[in-house]
Formats: sequence, structure tokens, C-alpha cells
Amino acid sequence: MKILSVENLSRSFGGIKANDNVSFSVEQGSILGIIGPNGAGKSTLFDLITGYTKAESGKVQFFDKNIFGLSPDKISNLGVGRTFQKLKPFADQTLLENVMIGAFVKEKNVKKARDNALEIINFVDLIEKRHHFAKELSTGQRKRLEMARAMAIEPKLLLMDEVTGGVDQKTIPGLVELIKKMKKTGVTIITIEHNINIIMEISDNVLALDQGKSIAFGPPREIQKNKQVIDSYLGTFDAA
Amino acid sequence: MDKLITAKSEPLWNTNNKVVSIVYGLITLLFALPLFGLNSFYLHLFIMIFMHAVMAQSWNVIAGFSGQISLGHGAFFGIGAYATSFFYMQYGVTPWISIFIGIFISGVFAVLIGIPMLRLSGHYFAIATLLIGISFQVVFQRWDLVGAASGLWVTMTPEDSWIALQFHSSKLPYYYIFLIFFLISFFSVWVLSRSKLGYRLRAIRDDPQAALSLGINVSNYKIIAYVISAMIMAPMGSLFAQYILIIDPDRVFNIEISIIVLLITVLGGIGNVWGPIIGASILIPISEYSRIYLGGTGGAVDLILYGLILMIICVFRPNGLISFIPKDILERKKQR
Repeated sequence: MKILSVENLSRSFGGIKANDNVSFSVEQGSILGIIGPNGAGKSTLFDLITGYTKAESGKVQFFDKNIFGLSPDKISNLGVGRTFQKLKPFADQTLLENVMIGAFVKEKNVKKARDNALEIINFVDLIEKRHHFAKELSTGQRKRLEMARAMAIEPKLLLMDEVTGGVDQKTIPGLVELIKKMKKTGVTIITIEHNINIIMEISDNVLALDQGKSIAFGPPREIQKNKQVIDSYLGTFDAA
Repeated sequence: MDKLITAKSEPLWNTNNKVVSIVYGLITLLFALPLFGLNSFYLHLFIMIFMHAVMAQSWNVIAGFSGQISLGHGAFFGIGAYATSFFYMQYGVTPWISIFIGIFISGVFAVLIGIPMLRLSGHYFAIATLLIGISFQVVFQRWDLVGAASGLWVTMTPEDSWIALQFHSSKLPYYYIFLIFFLISFFSVWVLSRSKLGYRLRAIRDDPQAALSLGINVSNYKIIAYVISAMIMAPMGSLFAQYILIIDPDRVFNIEISIIVLLITVLGGIGNVWGPIIGASILIPISEYSRIYLGGTGGAVDLILYGLILMIICVFRPNGLISFIPKDILERKKQR
């Protein structure tokens, strides 16, 4: 069953087409990886889907509901969570408070929201840091905070922007395992990644973007061999 | 799993028994204080502290919790003052009822002002509210129905009257009325800060974009905060009008009101329910004593002192005087 269908989504900034007739769909319970060089329009695509930026044309269907043009909070309330490339923790609040704010989407009672938030914090392996202020956490821990906060809204679809970006090599495997663990809960994930090995490891399908256009869509092994993707993003190796 | 069970078994709030005891002790002391024979000046001093603490608490809701710096909050103080005096003088409505009329009118104006203004953010919102505050003063200066620049002189009752909320023989009833409003507003904001609304407002303050991703309608919540804030401010205007019985635009819509609530909150600690109380307890005595020793308006020495204290606080204690309270009282124990 398709959870998200995007058709001909377009958006320009001045003369630059950030997204140019992008179309793809995502199966429920799967992971879609999005790859592309810097400036390919990956984060803009997230902003268009989640309502942060208004698309000029196209269609975005979440299950059978057209969410094109809806505000970000309405889209979030429908069950679409997201994280940000540039981290946006509530810095002066504790990890627990950060996640509780997400939990309030589904739970009005403060005590129950607290307990739900603790479950998720435990899920992302940060239970011991629950009373630390977000500004006191490391980058890797803040990534987990954002994932936990997004999970707290109990999303059906989760968009994650460069989860492993900006963290040290030792931290990456833990974050990858966490993404796999999140998938097992049944949530559908779309993730932007620059690390091609991670994309190949976790994705059921991959969407490759270049200069705002969708240049390839399919299983990771096919994308890896796609000439256009190799030329524009993966690069070629000189065997000699 | 054990750690999760332990975490869930923790009390919801970081309640320090010593702090709770001190708070109960202080409340009892405030109720008992006049019994020790406070003279008229000290009664006035405490009344001014209570009033300004509530006004600053009002500003704390919009600025401290939701992060919108309003520089025109005095407008709601003036609306409250005029509502009570006008309805009492024109229609004989007891101030106990017209306080609520003032709260209602302030709430309505907060919605009307908030819908367009809260689309702005940062210094644009601050400048816009500053102009709104000034425009209220200008309009009331020219509005004959409410006495224009001369203002309203509330008809005095021949004797003390609880119905007319006028006490000429002693300030003591005012002391207790202001104290009760002070406690109600403090408790209301304390409850607000621990509610879903409080959490969501702080999310908006810290990062509106992230708040949107958590299903929070940022514009609506800002308006809700603005309305609550205005509705806390208005009754102080009403009570102040009954306390001095003469109001005019220069007094109740003065820009100084908007500035003083900001100074009190920043000094005490913005975004914390204790901040306005701490700030008012320090700044108001400075103001009142400088008036006594320097006469008139205190030769503006109080304002110089405010500025000096504020500069010191901003440099050395940017989180306000509340930051002097040890962290183990304010924050939960952290595991390393």
C-alpha cells in the first residue's frame, strides 16, 4: 500500500529550479533513501512535502488525503514527522521536555505524555540523559533527540534529513541501527543521506536527484549501477 | 528496562520540599505581616510590589514563555483601569464586575491586535507593539467620552465601601486584595507553565520551525499567549484605578509601564514564574525609596539605578537573579 505519492512537484527560487517535476511514491513500512549532490533539492523536497515551503505545482498524497498546500502543523498532526538537516532542538529545555512536546500531539495528559516520552527516550538509548538540557548533549545525542521527538508524535511517515551528517565515524553505526529499529516499529521512513554505503544498507528504494530533477528511482542495487547517477553523484573510478 | 521503570516512577515535577516550605511560610508571612502594624508607607510599598509582580508576570507569559517581546503591554493595564472607572461612573457597575469587563475587553483587543501583529516576529513585533501602546495613549487623550486628557476622577464614596472597592481610612483592604490577586495570578501562571500549553509555548519560544513539526499551530498559540497575558494585566489596571481613584492617559497608558514590566522580568529571570516576583521585590522598593529621599518622581534616579542594575545583570547574570538559586534546587539530578 502506498503511504505517500508525490506527482510533478515543482518549486523555483528566482531562476533556479530547486525541484522540477519530481514524482515518486513510497510503500508503507519501507525505507526510501534520497541521494544527490549538494544543491540537488533534497531538503527542499522535504520542505515541500511537509508544508514548510509552498510548492508551485504538483500533488502530494498521504494515504488517500491530498496534503498539498497544508500548513506544517496540520501535516504533522496527520502523522508526518520530520527531522532537520540543521538540528533544531529546544536548547533550553531538557531532553525529556523536548520529547514530551512531541508526545503532546497524541496525549493531552501531562503524566501520560511524560511516560510516553520516557519510552521513546529509552528506545533511542538516551534514558540516562533525560534530565540534561538539549544544549548539553553531543551532536550524536542531539540527532537521537530529534529522532525521538519526531517519533513521539507517533508518525506513520517519518522524514529524516541527514541523520548521520556531522557526526563522528564511531557514532554512525549506532544511528544506522536506530533507523533499522525504527523501521521495525512499522513507521515508514524517507531519509536523505550522503553516505552511499548507509543508503545501500538500509533502503528498500532509492530516489536520486540532480539539479532538482529525479534522475533515477528503484532498488539500491539498480541505482548503484545507473549511469546517470554514477555520472552526477557517485562518480566513476578509473580502473587503471 | 529497569532504568525506564525507575524513570517512570520519578515524580512528575522536581518538587523541593524545602522550597515548598519556604513558599508556604512566605505566603503565611504576607498574610500576617499587617498584623504587626505595618504603616501606610509599607502597606503601599507591598501593594506596589504585588501589582508590579502581577504585571511583570503577565509580560512573562508572552515574552518569557512564547518569546514575543511586547513593548506596548501598558495598553492592557490602561484598558483595565478605564473599564472599571468608566462603568462605575457611567452606570454604577461595581468594580468587582467591571474588573471582568476590563479583562474581557483586554482579551478582545489582544485578539484584534494579536492576529495581525503576531505575524511579525523579533524586533518587528516589539516595534509594532510599542506603537500600539502609544496609540492607545493618544486615542484616550482625545476621547471625550472617557474624559480625554483630563481622564476620569472616580466618584468617591463617603465611607469605605467593599462594593465600590474604595477604602479611605486605611490601605489595609487594598493590601489584601492585591495580595490575593498576586497569589491567584502566580498560581495560574505556575499551572500554565506545567501544562501542555506551557510546554508548547516554550517550544515556540525556542524554535518555531521545530514547533510546527510537532503539530503546534504557532500563530494560534502566540495569540492564546497574548490573550492570557493581556487578561492578567487588565485587573491590575482596574485595581490601580480603584486605589488612586484618578486616572488619565498619561498615567495608565504610559510607555513607562511597558518598560518597567520588562525590566522587572529581565532582572528577576525571564521565562520563570519566580522571576517577576524577585524582580518586583527589588526594583519597586528602589523606586519607592528614591521617591521618598529625592522627592517627586525620584529625580529619575530610580531609572538610572534600574539601568545600572540591568546592565550588571545582563553582563554577569543574563538569566536574571533567579540564576543565583543553586542548580540542585531548580534542576533534577543528572546522571553522567
